[in-house]
Amino acid sequence: MIVLLIIIPASAGLAAFFIESDRLRRILLLATASAQTALSLTTWIVSPAPALGGWLAEDALGRLIETLTSVLFLAASFYAVAYLREERRQTHSDFEEGFLFSNAREASFTACLLFFLAAMTLVAVSQQLALLWVAVEATTLASAPLIYFHRHHRSLEATWKYLLICSVGIALALLGIFFLAVAATNPDGTTIPLTVQDLRSNAHHLNVPWFRAAFVLLLVGFGTKMGLAPFHTWLPDAHSEAPSVASALLSGALLNCAFLGILRAQEISVAGGLADFSDKLLLVFGLISMGVAAAFISGQTDYKRMLAYSSVEHMGILAVGVGLGGAAVFGAVLHVINHSLTKAMLFLVAGNFLAAYRTKNSAEVSGALSVLPVSGVLWLVGLLAITGSPPFGPFLSEFTILKAALDHGQIFVAVLYLVLLAIIMAAMAAPALAMAQGTPAADVKAAPQRGLALSVVPAMLGIAVLVMGVYVPPVLTRALREAAHLLG
Amino acid sequence: MSQLINSILILLVLTGFMLLSSSRLAACIRAIAIQGVLLGILAIAVQGRQLSMAGVLLPLSSAMVKGFVLPWMLLRAMREADTVREVEPLISYNLSIIAGTAALGLSLWLGHRLQLSSQLASSLLVPAAFFTSLVGMIVIASRRKALTQVLGYLALENGVYAFGAAVALRLPILVELGILLDVFVGVFVMGIAIFHISREFNHIDADKLQALTDRL
Repeated sequence: MIVLLIIIPASAGLAAFFIESDRLRRILLLATASAQTALSLTTWIVSPAPALGGWLAEDALGRLIETLTSVLFLAASFYAVAYLREERRQTHSDFEEGFLFSNAREASFTACLLFFLAAMTLVAVSQQLALLWVAVEATTLASAPLIYFHRHHRSLEATWKYLLICSVGIALALLGIFFLAVAATNPDGTTIPLTVQDLRSNAHHLNVPWFRAAFVLLLVGFGTKMGLAPFHTWLPDAHSEAPSVASALLSGALLNCAFLGILRAQEISVAGGLADFSDKLLLVFGLISMGVAAAFISGQTDYKRMLAYSSVEHMGILAVGVGLGGAAVFGAVLHVINHSLTKAMLFLVAGNFLAAYRTKNSAEVSGALSVLPVSGVLWLVGLLAITGSPPFGPFLSEFTILKAALDHGQIFVAVLYLVLLAIIMAAMAAPALAMAQGTPAADVKAAPQRGLALSVVPAMLGIAVLVMGVYVPPVLTRALREAAHLLG
Repeated sequence: MSQLINSILILLVLTGFMLLSSSRLAACIRAIAIQGVLLGILAIAVQGRQLSMAGVLLPLSSAMVKGFVLPWMLLRAMREADTVREVEPLISYNLSIIAGTAALGLSLWLGHRLQLSSQLASSLLVPAAFFTSLVGMIVIASRRKALTQVLGYLALENGVYAFGAAVALRLPILVELGILLDVFVGVFVMGIAIFHISREFNHIDADKLQALTDRL
C-alpha cells in the first residue's frame, strides 16, 4: 500500500507527459489526486505494512505530513485545472515589463506536478535517512520546472537560484547523513543501520561529537530547503515568480517535507538525550527566521513576496516550537497543519488577484472586496488567520507554543516571539487591508467569467482553517500527541 | 594499496587547484571529469581485499557518469550557449589560489581534529574530501557563469562522495543509485536552465541575474 502511494503519482506523471489531449490529461490529474487522497485517508484506518525491509513505513509524523500533502495536492489540482484552462492562449504579455512570453507545455507542467507529489510522498514515508535525502533532492528537481512555467527572465532567475541554492544545501545535508553514519559506527566496527527506528533505539551509543556535527549539517542542509533564515534567499524569488498554484504547493507542502528531514534528526537527538544541543540550535535559527521575516515584510510592496516571507516566519515558528520541547512540540506539529492550509489558501487567492489586477504590487490593488467578493473575503480571513488572530487554527497553535515557552520559564524567547509576531501582524495588515477595501481602479471593473474552482477551492481551505481553530478532531489530536511524543 | 590511495588523493587535490586556477571553461570541465574518475578508483581501492560485485560496479558506474556523461553534457551546454569560453571569475586567479590554499590548511586541521573511531586507509582521506567540497563552495561563490557554478556544485558533491568513500560507508545499493540518479538529473536540469538563460539573456552570467531582490 505504501509503495502504491508513490507509484500511482509517479506513473501518472509519466503518462501525463505523453498524453496529447488536454482534457484527458486534466482528468488524469484530478483522478490521481483523488485516488492519492483516498489512499492516504485509508492509512488512518488500516495501518499499512512496511515495505522494502522497513525503509518505507508510516509513523505518526510521516502519516500526518503525507496526508496533509495529498489533501493540499487535491485542492491544488482542482485549482490548477481551472487555472490551466485560462492559460491556454499562446502568448501572454508580462504585466511588469510589458514583453510577450509563452508558457511551458501544459503536459510538462502536469507531469512535474505529479512527480513532485510522488517525491514528497517518498520523503514522508522514508524511514531510511539516505533514502529520505534522495527523495528531498528529487522534490527540488521535480518542482524547478513548475517555477519556470511562465517563460520569462524573472522566473528563469528564480528557478536558477532555487536549483543551485537548494542543491548546495541538500549536498550539505548528505554530508550530514554521512557524518551520522560515522557517529553510528561502534568502536568494534559494527554499524547501526541508518533507519530512524534503529538510530532511535541505539541513540545512546552514538558518537556524540560526530552526531552534533551531523545535526548542524542536517539543520543547515534541510533548513535551506525549508526556508530557515539566513538560508532562505531562494524562497521569496521562487514563490513570487512561480504560478500561484505552484507557490501554494511549495509553501504548503514542500516546506513541511524539508522540515520532516530536520524532525527525523531531532527524533534521534531526543532519544539519545542530546536534545540540549539541538534545541538551542533550533531556537536560534527559528528566532532569526522570524526576525528576518519581520524585517522584510515591513515595507514589502509585492504581495506574493510578502506571503513568501510570511512562510519564512512560520518555518521559524515551527523551529522555535520544536526547540522549546514539551507542550510546544504539540503546538508546532499542529502549526504545520494550520500554516499549510492557511498559506495555500492565501497563495491561491493571490493568484486570483493577480489574474484580475495584473500586478503584484499591493499598492496598485484596491477594492478587492467589490471586484472579487469571494476572494476578497477569503483574503481578509487568511490575513487574520496567518497573523495569529482567533478564532482561526494558527492562533491555537501559536498560542500553545507561547504558553509552553512561558511555562518553561523561557521568558526571553517568549517576549521576542510575541514582539516579532506583533511587528509582522502590523506590517502585513496595513497593505493587505488596503487591497481589500477602497474603490477599484476603472480598468479592473469587468472581471472576466472565471472557473468556479478558482474560488471554491480557497473557500474550502478557508473553512478548514476556521474549523481547525474551533474544533480539532480527537483522532487528529491523538495523532498529533503521538507525533509530538517522538520529538520530546 | 595505501600508496595508490595516497597518489589518488594527491591527484584529487591537484584537480581542485586546477579548477580554481584554469581560465578556460573546457579545462575546468576536464578537471571535474578527472575528479569523477579518480573518485571511482578511490571507492574501489579503499575496500582493500573485501571486494564485492556491487562494490566494483557502483563506483564504476559513478565514474562513468561523473567522468564522461556529465562532462559531455556540460561541454554541449557550453557550445550551445556559445558563450565566451573563459571563466571570468569575480576574484582574481591569484586570490582563488590563495583561498584554495587556505581551504587546504583548514581541511588538514579539520581532518586532524575529527577523530574517527575506525582506522582509515590513509590519513589524507578526510582532508582531501573536505578540501574538494570547500573548493566547490569557493567556485560557486566566486565565479560569474552559471556553468561554472554547476562545476562548483559537482566539486562539492564529489567531496561529499569522497568522504563517504573515506569512511568506507556501505550504503545500500538502492540508495547509492538514487544519489547518483539525483546528481545526474540535477546536472541535466541545470544544463537545460543554462540553455534557457543563454537564450533569454545572450549570456550565462549568473551575477547579472539580479532582477529579484529585496532591500531593507
